[in-house]
Amino acid sequence: MTQAPLLQVKELSKTFGGIRALEKVSFDVHEGEILGIIGPNGSGKTTIVNGITGFIRLTSGQVLFRGRDIAGKPAHKIADMGVTRTFQIMRPYYSLPAYKNLVIPLFSPRARRTGGWRGGGRLGDRHTVGIDILEEIGFERDSHVPYKATATLPTGYLKRLELARCLALKPEIIICDEVFSGLSMSEIASMVPLIERLQMDGITLIMIEHRLRELFKVASRVMVLNFGRKLMEGPPAEVMADARVKEAYFGSREVREVMDHA
Amino acid sequence: MDILVYGTINSVSLALYALGFALVYGTSRLPNFAHGALFVLAGFITWFFLNSLGLPYPVAIVLAMLVTAVIGALIYQFILVRVRGMEISEIIASYALGLAILEGLRWGGFKGMSYTLPVFIEGSFAVAGISVDYQRLLVVLIGAAVVGMLWLFTHFTRIGLALRGMAQDERAAMMLGIDSDRMAVVAMGFGSGLAALAAVLLLPLGNIVVESGYNILILAIAVCIVGGLGSWMGAVLAAFLIGFAQILTVVYLGSHYQMVVALLAIILTLILKPSGLFGRQKELEERV
Amino acid sequence: MNQNTPQRRRERIDRGIKVRCQGIYSLMSWREMTYITAPRAALIAGLLALPLVMPGMYWQRVISIVCIYALLAVGFDFLAHFVGLVSLGGAFFVGVGGYLAAILNTAWALPPIATIPAATVIGATLCTLLLLPCLPLRGVYFAIVTLMYPLFLARVIEALDILGGTDGIMGIDGFGGRWTEQYAVIGMLLIVLFAVRRLVNTDIGLVLRGVKDNDQAIRASGMNVTRYKALAVFITAAMGCMSGAFLVHIYMWSGISQFALDFSILPIAATVIGGGGTLAGPVIGCLILVPVSELLRDFGTLRIVFYALILVAFIVFRSEGIMVYAQRKYHQFERWTQV
Repeated sequence: MTQAPLLQVKELSKTFGGIRALEKVSFDVHEGEILGIIGPNGSGKTTIVNGITGFIRLTSGQVLFRGRDIAGKPAHKIADMGVTRTFQIMRPYYSLPAYKNLVIPLFSPRARRTGGWRGGGRLGDRHTVGIDILEEIGFERDSHVPYKATATLPTGYLKRLELARCLALKPEIIICDEVFSGLSMSEIASMVPLIERLQMDGITLIMIEHRLRELFKVASRVMVLNFGRKLMEGPPAEVMADARVKEAYFGSREVREVMDHA
Repeated sequence: MDILVYGTINSVSLALYALGFALVYGTSRLPNFAHGALFVLAGFITWFFLNSLGLPYPVAIVLAMLVTAVIGALIYQFILVRVRGMEISEIIASYALGLAILEGLRWGGFKGMSYTLPVFIEGSFAVAGISVDYQRLLVVLIGAAVVGMLWLFTHFTRIGLALRGMAQDERAAMMLGIDSDRMAVVAMGFGSGLAALAAVLLLPLGNIVVESGYNILILAIAVCIVGGLGSWMGAVLAAFLIGFAQILTVVYLGSHYQMVVALLAIILTLILKPSGLFGRQKELEERV
Repeated sequence: MNQNTPQRRRERIDRGIKVRCQGIYSLMSWREMTYITAPRAALIAGLLALPLVMPGMYWQRVISIVCIYALLAVGFDFLAHFVGLVSLGGAFFVGVGGYLAAILNTAWALPPIATIPAATVIGATLCTLLLLPCLPLRGVYFAIVTLMYPLFLARVIEALDILGGTDGIMGIDGFGGRWTEQYAVIGMLLIVLFAVRRLVNTDIGLVLRGVKDNDQAIRASGMNVTRYKALAVFITAAMGCMSGAFLVHIYMWSGISQFALDFSILPIAATVIGGGGTLAGPVIGCLILVPVSELLRDFGTLRIVFYALILVAFIVFRSEGIMVYAQRKYHQFERWTQV
């Protein structure tokens, strides 16, 4: 890790009318790595995603992407630079079939410049490119799935569709807000290799996650948040062993003993 | 000085126009675009009771308020409840109903300047050299009383608390056993009753004309938006803001601009601070 | 469950010919092609033939008015159902377009063939700029602001006594003859209808539908939501301004009644009755509503009561509208099945 980090977050703070959702959280993300962010409910994970990608206005702090400060820029400009995100509550275009969902991001200025995922600078017919992306993300091309109305797709496919929307932009970073949550074990099992393949293709990932076991498999580093503050940061094994993390998740030792007896 | 006196009177009138609309929107999130029509309708009902049936004035007033409240509740119960939650359909349906009421009244022969209600107490008195008639004093006093009673009602009675519960979180209120549809009927009834109250208080100051229904709707919406839709205390404060602004424009620019002020206030508020001056933070997400 | 009264359910099944007509297969035979083109051809031919079958000048004028309202209604339908912005202020566009055409015609003596396109483009630009600050608003809030705009402009013209004040601008050129007038309006309506139907199915139309479905996802895809909303408002405003300009040349007069609520409410009523989201539905709605309201002209304001009540009835009990209903009947048959 000699080169400069791809994304530097410096002292990010956000208050919602008196409630401190984030307090001076700083971290770096290096090119090609997978950073996991974990923490109990309400610890500010989604606020970090919203803050970095411009969906909420930050109270203070800097976000440097390739050395340029992107904090305070509108969301569409940040996405245009290649910092993309998925939504925890999926936001597909429910009235359209799945493959047409991708026509829309492929229409964006960034997709036109880059040609979309694997586009190599040239954008072909958006419908075809859209189906290509869907196939790569796990929609069977020759089945009826990509052509079905989005509203009828199961959660697993919707989560993939979220990722596909990011891929259509040929992103540099994808910030995944709980892509594993709400999925069955088998769906997660097929999702993990997909994440690993995205990493091999050179995409940097930040993964906000509750499913720790799967996250620890893929993440190279993990940051723990609690009550809007950074608790610790380190390789998965180290985080797993840390007493403070356990306390944040399960309460203090005394509480845990009571719970065990109950 | 006269600005102060007339400004206060005008502001209280505006608040009276707006309270019914604010109450209905605040509790059931229903933009009742028939509000102005109910106002005018209440005026004509009072007139009808008074002149055609020959009832005593106080009886006519109380009956008119009850009838209007029932009409409002029925409109909700039979028509608006079916489009509940579809905002645009609510607007179009309630606006069309208002239109039907107003134009129906016009067709029924209620037009021109000949319909008036008598004032409650004849005569006038002087405040700092400006003569103010008793009716206007009554408007201010009753207006203040209504605001006070509303506050007591929503803070200390069962129905009032249920309405506030609905306003804050409809689903949570339903889980606590509050029937949201029935409460919305109640709210609509109250809102229509308030429109009727405003009508019997304010109409003796002028004529009952159908056209004023549209203006009253616009003024009520203006006040509610500036105050923050759904917050009726905000509406009262906004009424004073717009009320004085109107009087000032009348004094310094001419009465043509009176309506322009209200419209400009709406547009500016929505552009600059869509949640209204006193709106809550949470609602901003929905609007912008 | 009681065995004696078997439960029944109505089933809707696509007609065989509809299924055979999907995609490239619609070119299989004349029957399939007729099945697809007949309804469209009927609408086009019907509209073109209308002036010929109308008895007398008065009803021909009504047809022109129908088309003007239809332009507005198509604009409303496009903005409401394909972009998700409900504009209650159709009269705003009519007024701006109408006054612009009037000014261009009286001040520079431009003929209608120049004033109408000019008023369309300039007016749409003007309306878009004026509405630009409201574009981030959603739902009820956008609807209320747009409702206020025409009232506001009318009051301003009244108060400042500009542009002819309450008298309006008179002495505007009409169209050469009544046939030119009618076929200009009808032709324009057909062109606009065709163009908008094409537009909503192109990629940019998909983006606009995305704005309606889910504007957060549009932002996350690196696109500026406000820009696309502005584009959509421009398109709608262009239709509204064009209808305003036609109106001014037909009546040879421009006044503040062009900001009247009629131009806001009737197109909405037509869209609701005709079927929202179909684009052709609003035209059918106008074809029904405008003549009916003309027939009821003798009853004075009762006609407003009448169409307000129709509107309420449709929105409450038959919110799908005529067009959707007709489409369903055309494409599907129904039968009762036992459950």
